[in-house]
Amino acid sequence: MNDKILLGAVAYDPKVVTIWDGFRDWFERHDLPFDYVLFSNYEQQVESHLAGQVNVAWNSPLAWIEAKEAGERAGRRARAIAMRDTDQDLTSVIVVRSDSPFRTPSDLKGKRVAVGAADSPQATLIPLLALQETGLTPEKDFEVVMNDVLVGKHGDHIGGERDAARALIEGQVDAACMIDGNHLLFTREGTVPAGKTRVLLQTEPYDHCNFTVFEKGSPASIERFTRLLLEMNYEDPVVRPLMDLEGLKEWRPARLTGYRLLEKAVARFGTLDRWLAEIPAR
Amino acid sequence: MTLDLGTLGFDRGAHVLVKHALRELAVGDRLTVTGDSADLSLHLRAWSRAQGHGFDPAPRGGSITRGGAEVGRWKGAERTGDPDPARPGAVVDQPPGHWGLAARGARVEAGSPAFRFDLDEKDLVWADDIPRLYAQAAAAQWDPATAIAWDTPVALPDEIEDAVVQVMTYLIENETAALILPARFAGLLHPHFREAMQLLAIQAADEARHIEVFTRRALLKRPTLGLSTAGGQTSLKTLLDEPDFALAMFLLSVLGEGSFLSLLWFIRDHAPDPVTQQVATLTAQDEARHVAFGLSHLSRHVEHDPGLRPRLAQAIESRHEALRQTAGLNEEVFDALVLLTAGEWNPEAIGRGYDAVVLLQRDMAQGREKRLRRLGFAESDAARLSELHTRNFM
Repeated sequence: MNDKILLGAVAYDPKVVTIWDGFRDWFERHDLPFDYVLFSNYEQQVESHLAGQVNVAWNSPLAWIEAKEAGERAGRRARAIAMRDTDQDLTSVIVVRSDSPFRTPSDLKGKRVAVGAADSPQATLIPLLALQETGLTPEKDFEVVMNDVLVGKHGDHIGGERDAARALIEGQVDAACMIDGNHLLFTREGTVPAGKTRVLLQTEPYDHCNFTVFEKGSPASIERFTRLLLEMNYEDPVVRPLMDLEGLKEWRPARLTGYRLLEKAVARFGTLDRWLAEIPAR
Repeated sequence: MTLDLGTLGFDRGAHVLVKHALRELAVGDRLTVTGDSADLSLHLRAWSRAQGHGFDPAPRGGSITRGGAEVGRWKGAERTGDPDPARPGAVVDQPPGHWGLAARGARVEAGSPAFRFDLDEKDLVWADDIPRLYAQAAAAQWDPATAIAWDTPVALPDEIEDAVVQVMTYLIENETAALILPARFAGLLHPHFREAMQLLAIQAADEARHIEVFTRRALLKRPTLGLSTAGGQTSLKTLLDEPDFALAMFLLSVLGEGSFLSLLWFIRDHAPDPVTQQVATLTAQDEARHVAFGLSHLSRHVEHDPGLRPRLAQAIESRHEALRQTAGLNEEVFDALVLLTAGEWNPEAIGRGYDAVVLLQRDMAQGREKRLRRLGFAESDAARLSELHTRNFM
């Protein structure tokens, strides 16, 4: 691969091709050899990254933890280099119908709680951790109703969250979990009619995606790649449509403080245990 | 700065007020938003993040730090002239493709897609009286259903009625060419030249009405239409085959519709029945405007580009060459005009009609010469070129 940046990304939506084709042209115009490979799921992306088939990965927060954990086992240190402004300080909420009698999270004992895909940090793992921390153990104290749209994509596709919200409005479940931005989106698009839901619990802020590299094996051009990312300006009409599609106004240096909640959830629920156990065998 | 939203939430448009308040601030300044909507703080956080603003939660709302994205989006945006064409610089010489479909005078975001409009030079398409001509055209639209007294009794001798049907048949195919040309060029014109585009569009709409009323008059007493000749269509095809806007509009408006104007006035003055007379009167009003538009923008064009004049002459000569082997005005149309003018089926009336049609052709030629002289052609050139114009009139 020499000095070429070969980026791995997960194809959770057809727009991913438009985004990375556009960024590829932009990087090429800035004299940075760049190409990308699309994966159908984050686990394959992390494994391929470790195997050196790509040298940077655009990782979900769960994929970041996977890369970190799997990297450690392989003696490779994962490093997060950059993230979107919109990856910082997200929160998730657990909402109930406004007319329901539930006032505190403990009222959900024995109830049905809709979540997103099993591997969604924002709509499943982090909200379930929040409930766990109030003393309610998933599946023991309440029923978890999964909305497994596109497992392996870590909830990037919002279909699971939308299904959870619909199930709540239709009365099939007692509570639903979603990211704050999707609560706003669902309210505005009418999936959640105005005034029909009430927030029972809001999580602490956490961070989302990042560009991940492994310290051994990343090309020398990675520093230039990072610098170009951080220099990308929303004022630039060429790159602005791509930034709009990818949902950011600026790239920021990555920070690791925002992954604490997810690390705790993954540890608590053993989310990655099976996958990690299989890694050395591959 | 503080903004209280009352009970208005983001589920019912609160972002409009928040955006408005943020625009009053410099990038980096803070806006405190409060309100009684249940999800306000949650939605403020999500909205601010998506818009590139900073956010800190606070009781009953939160504090937003204005980000630079909105200012950044409009940096490099361009004002596309002025909506009032009379203001200096309102209509630019060559609007860029990326101004696209934006209204003239709008501010266009940088990075808008580049459209390709072949007719993007002011000298080619613009004339200062175009806005006035458009306003006139818009005000002069008439309703074919009510503007003509279709129920007026018409009882012509069979031969004269047949002649009217033949003339109408001829008019329809000519007006079809006159509809297609402006419609085609309207689609190639840069929309920055808004009034020119509107004028071409309304010209096409005029022709649509003309086709309707000619058809309706033809079918008033007969179940079907008359004859269409190969020569007539060949002549019109050379008009449609001309790809150049200036040349096509010259051949159509200045020469063709100019001649047609004489023809319609002639039909108006010699119509054998009131319906035919009304149809000719109304359509002639529109055609006069079309000729005025053609003359107007071509005069300006010739003034800015003297090289155009020989090209116009060349266009007439080429068309004449292309039509040299055709018969010109078909005999059926000529005879039908004679009969329409005669109004009666007897030798004396037919003789009168014949004389009148000969005078009509002379009148048309004089009209063409006059208009060619207005475009700066010398008298002798104007006379020669007028003679070369298609014998099919349009």
